[in-house]
Amino acid sequence: MGSRQPARREFLKSGAALAGGFTLGAAAPAIGQTPPSPKMIKGDTDLIAYGQRSRFVTSVRIAHGGRPSPDAFGLVFHVAAPLQDSVGVITPSSLHFVGTTRGSYIPEIDPGEHRLMIHGLVDRPLTFTVEDLKRLPSVTRLHFIECAGNRSSRRAKTVQETHGMTSCAEWTGVLLSVLLKECGVKGGASWFVAEGSEEVKGASSMPLAKAMDDCIVAYGMNGEALRPQQGFPLRLMVPGFEGIFHTKYLRRIKVVDRYYMNYNDFGHMDNEPKEAALGYQIGPKSVITFPSAGQRLPGRGFYEISGLAWSGGGAIKKVEVSTDGGKHWNNAEIKGTAQRMAHTRFGYQWDWDGRETELQSRCTDELGSVQPSREQIAKYWNKPFDETFSVPGLDNSIQPWRVASDGSVTNGHA
Amino acid sequence: MGMLRVLPFVMLMGVAALAQSPRYGVGRTPTPEEIRAWDISIGPTGEELPPGHGTVKEGALVYRAKCAGCHGATGLEGTAPILKSKVAKDVDLWERGRILPLRAPFATTVWDYINRGMPLNREGTLTADEVYALTAFLLYINDVIPEELTLDATSLPKVKMPIGDNYAPLPEWKPRTPRLKGYPY
Repeated sequence: MGSRQPARREFLKSGAALAGGFTLGAAAPAIGQTPPSPKMIKGDTDLIAYGQRSRFVTSVRIAHGGRPSPDAFGLVFHVAAPLQDSVGVITPSSLHFVGTTRGSYIPEIDPGEHRLMIHGLVDRPLTFTVEDLKRLPSVTRLHFIECAGNRSSRRAKTVQETHGMTSCAEWTGVLLSVLLKECGVKGGASWFVAEGSEEVKGASSMPLAKAMDDCIVAYGMNGEALRPQQGFPLRLMVPGFEGIFHTKYLRRIKVVDRYYMNYNDFGHMDNEPKEAALGYQIGPKSVITFPSAGQRLPGRGFYEISGLAWSGGGAIKKVEVSTDGGKHWNNAEIKGTAQRMAHTRFGYQWDWDGRETELQSRCTDELGSVQPSREQIAKYWNKPFDETFSVPGLDNSIQPWRVASDGSVTNGHA
Repeated sequence: MGMLRVLPFVMLMGVAALAQSPRYGVGRTPTPEEIRAWDISIGPTGEELPPGHGTVKEGALVYRAKCAGCHGATGLEGTAPILKSKVAKDVDLWERGRILPLRAPFATTVWDYINRGMPLNREGTLTADEVYALTAFLLYINDVIPEELTLDATSLPKVKMPIGDNYAPLPEWKPRTPRLKGYPY
């Protein structure tokens, strides 16, 4: 301790002698028995006020689905999260995927002016400010959101392209059931319509049973206010349902007695009852994020295979990993406690022998539903399993990653 | 005697009021006018439709001025989604494309969609009369309504859309239940 003091004083003196703009400590020599100091990041007001990640960490979101984001007009379309670099289960708010109904500007809403109105088949319609909502009993829960278009293809080169339209965050807000009880739901009510305040005022019909079960009117995300791209100041969380139902910029909830067939509902129309049944709740799904396509294993030896599993049906109960293309399945370790409708991190200890192989993962949720392979899905629908086969509804099929003998990893669907 | 008849009624009211009374007293009661102004969800009965009316002819003019730029002169030539089927009438409706004014199960859906979502980047600028007129025009070019029909809050919900009830009903969703029993096994 004592021996460090002179060096520190010396260092400060030399730093003060330098003109501003130099990186402090760049010239700090190794003195005595202490190892050399790393370069220092000079503090500035912005960094003190709101921190930033290291400049060596460069993981970013990418435009998804072939449309640029932003486009020439500043419109935002779909943007995918870099799952290949993810650790743990929380997606940082800055990296959370973004989906928009048809491409849009991000509304800039003054939370002081924002209102949520609940009306329709209720005894007492009510209007809430954001401050009103913060007075009410809150819940804080981990939940994933996944876009219905999160679909692997043979063209996809990375897990960000195959699976990046899912993310998981900690959401804080008021249960919608609390608000609906405050309004008093009338007999005969069976559906509700949720509407955002963006330019198209996107609206979806949803079952009232879902509202009373676990929907959250969220104002918080990962310990701070929602981000504008995620619906600031209010977003309806509909845990386990397809992404589009998680209404951003929530302005209105109308309790009704029938499916309202409004804006988003038209896009959900289907002529096949079984396919229509796949339209709300997301099935069990998992993917290996390391090693995944685009990455390279430096050589044979030990690796912990790591990935994410989630289901709209509840908590993940089991994850299995195959290191031989689906011939044998081994139980993976679930990290921490699996939460309902939340990403769950799994790991599997693997000694790679350096030979070409294929890695897969599959999960089972608390309802006993098992993630299927594409071949099994084709069989269920009685369709030939060939290049023309497309998984109906949200694609929750098993993702194979091919490992070549040189350690390079590629998409097994390619 | 009168008291005996009234008493059970009063007791029922009391129980209902107790079960439904607000717990927190947070939030403000909106006025009926505020609700009307905010409520742009037009359901199948059309009960929320505002006053106003529009004809096919008026709709054609509004379309040319405000829609044709993206959707094309006849609803087929633009960069935006087509508004008229290119597939012959005798083909099954589900094979004729995802055309809003053709496939929508209710004319109210067409009205609701145009009213809240169009025109792109100028949403909310159409008057109620213009939305009625555009709805009439788009239904007319898809042979859903005759040229002489004027659409208003009374006539619009009565329009019979060609799809009828030929679409899949949504299954009843229940918590802690698989989305489709037996899928995929």
